[in-house]
Amino acid sequence: MAQSGPGPNVYFPPGGESDPRMPPGSGDRWPKILGGRDANARNVWVAVASTVIFFGFLAIVVVRSPGWPAIKESFFNGAEFHASFPVILQKFVRNIFIFCIAEVLVLILALFIAVLRSLPGPVFTPLRIMAAAYTDLFRGVPTILVIFLLGYGMPALELQGIPDSDYLWGILALTLVYSAYVAEVYRAGIQSVHPSQVAAARSLGLSRWQSMRHVVLPQAVRRVIPPLLNDFIGLQKDSALVFVLGVVDALGQAQIIQQGDFNFTPFVALSLIFIAITIPQARFVDWLIARDQRKRQSSAV
Amino acid sequence: MTRAVDIQGLHKSFGDLEVLKGIDLVVDSHEVICLIGASGSGKSTLLRCINLLEPIDAGSITIAGENITGEGVNVDATRRKIGIVFQAFNLFPHMTVLRNVTLAPREVLKASKAEAERDAMALLERFGLADKAQDYPDRLSGGQQQRVAIVRALAMQPDIMLLDEVTSALDPVLVAEVLDQIRELAEQGMTMIIATHEMGFARDVAKRVCFLHEGQILEEGSPEQIFSEPEQEETRVFLDRIIAAGRM
Repeated sequence: MAQSGPGPNVYFPPGGESDPRMPPGSGDRWPKILGGRDANARNVWVAVASTVIFFGFLAIVVVRSPGWPAIKESFFNGAEFHASFPVILQKFVRNIFIFCIAEVLVLILALFIAVLRSLPGPVFTPLRIMAAAYTDLFRGVPTILVIFLLGYGMPALELQGIPDSDYLWGILALTLVYSAYVAEVYRAGIQSVHPSQVAAARSLGLSRWQSMRHVVLPQAVRRVIPPLLNDFIGLQKDSALVFVLGVVDALGQAQIIQQGDFNFTPFVALSLIFIAITIPQARFVDWLIARDQRKRQSSAV
Repeated sequence: MTRAVDIQGLHKSFGDLEVLKGIDLVVDSHEVICLIGASGSGKSTLLRCINLLEPIDAGSITIAGENITGEGVNVDATRRKIGIVFQAFNLFPHMTVLRNVTLAPREVLKASKAEAERDAMALLERFGLADKAQDYPDRLSGGQQQRVAIVRALAMQPDIMLLDEVTSALDPVLVAEVLDQIRELAEQGMTMIIATHEMGFARDVAKRVCFLHEGQILEEGSPEQIFSEPEQEETRVFLDRIIAAGRM
């Protein structure tokens, strides 16, 4: 029997450009999802069939459940969706504003904390303790509590010069919480740079700080971009939490609509908006990781 | 002749392990010294101590008449005068060859970009690496990477070069190009302390060979004397093993 292309037992490294069975640029995700590791034509068909049967059965169970008409009416209401979606989308601009500013601040604050925590030598112990305490504190307290505490607490101090802006405190709370996470990400990156790199820099006469700035940090930051973007996706979702301070962001708007007619479709609409912005980023992270892996493999040869 | 390096009673321990047990070594200006000895005999540690990469426990190191192991020594300023090249190259992978070479002159010596690049290109040219200036280190062969590492150290115009088994991580066919570069430096009068397993090279280039054994300089002398008629039993055993391994 004439066979075009390699047989099913020929091993191709995952994600290889050389695999003729994969459409160009498809990466290594789809074959893994469709049919597992040995994605030949038969396996893909089995995968598709079992998927259709499984999810079809699930859909039938849900749709035929006694409460489905009521759920459909209050969560997946077409008219409600059409009416609320544009309004919510408009307010989503405020979420974008909040998380964009918070992300810039996080990048800076987290790097500062990570560098403090990575300072060598006994002299810097107090700074290291402070940085460690900071990350422990803000990783331990739920984000929404930090938003409450800052948003209600700081203005209540009635100190001269402390602004009473819900946006400001919301952004600050998100920045403080996410800086704790991102600082750990940075720190992992800093520690992943081999000590011999620092030795090489120091032996050339560069100071501790110059070595950090020119040799360690550029390599560390490059390595942590994927996990860093993951934390940013989390931050973007949590931007909706500032609505507890009375900011009418997308979630605030969705709640206003929901309270008007007791229909939950606006929340579903908002979920779709969040999914629409986070999924491309998640795929981008996957792509970055795959690219790094390819690079490492090719340079290891 | 002036003394480039003067080491007296140098001791160094890592925890309970005493790696250097009292090293005395004097190196004159323009002299090339080769350190030979088994792995773990303390060659690398000695070089790292001279470059202040490791704090020492006892003794003193004097470079060009200045005690660099005393109190209040400007470590960065001292390191500037001492170039070190490592076994594993340790080039900065995120920088081009040119940036690798110009980084320290620009940051430490505060040379202008144009000035640093002109000097770097001249050095790269001299060692046949000019066409690699814009490449990243991982595009280069091991031999080329090590030659760049040597150029990078030379760009700081050091008074002394320390070479720590610079050919040990290389493919045998790439060793020669690196050794040629070092030979050229020796001919130009660079003061060098070279830890090496390349006995043929040591015989060629060294004015003096020191045999390190268990943290001490057990025997030192001219290459002819060390390689042809070693006095110590340990030196003979070591050289016999090197010959058996086909490295001489």
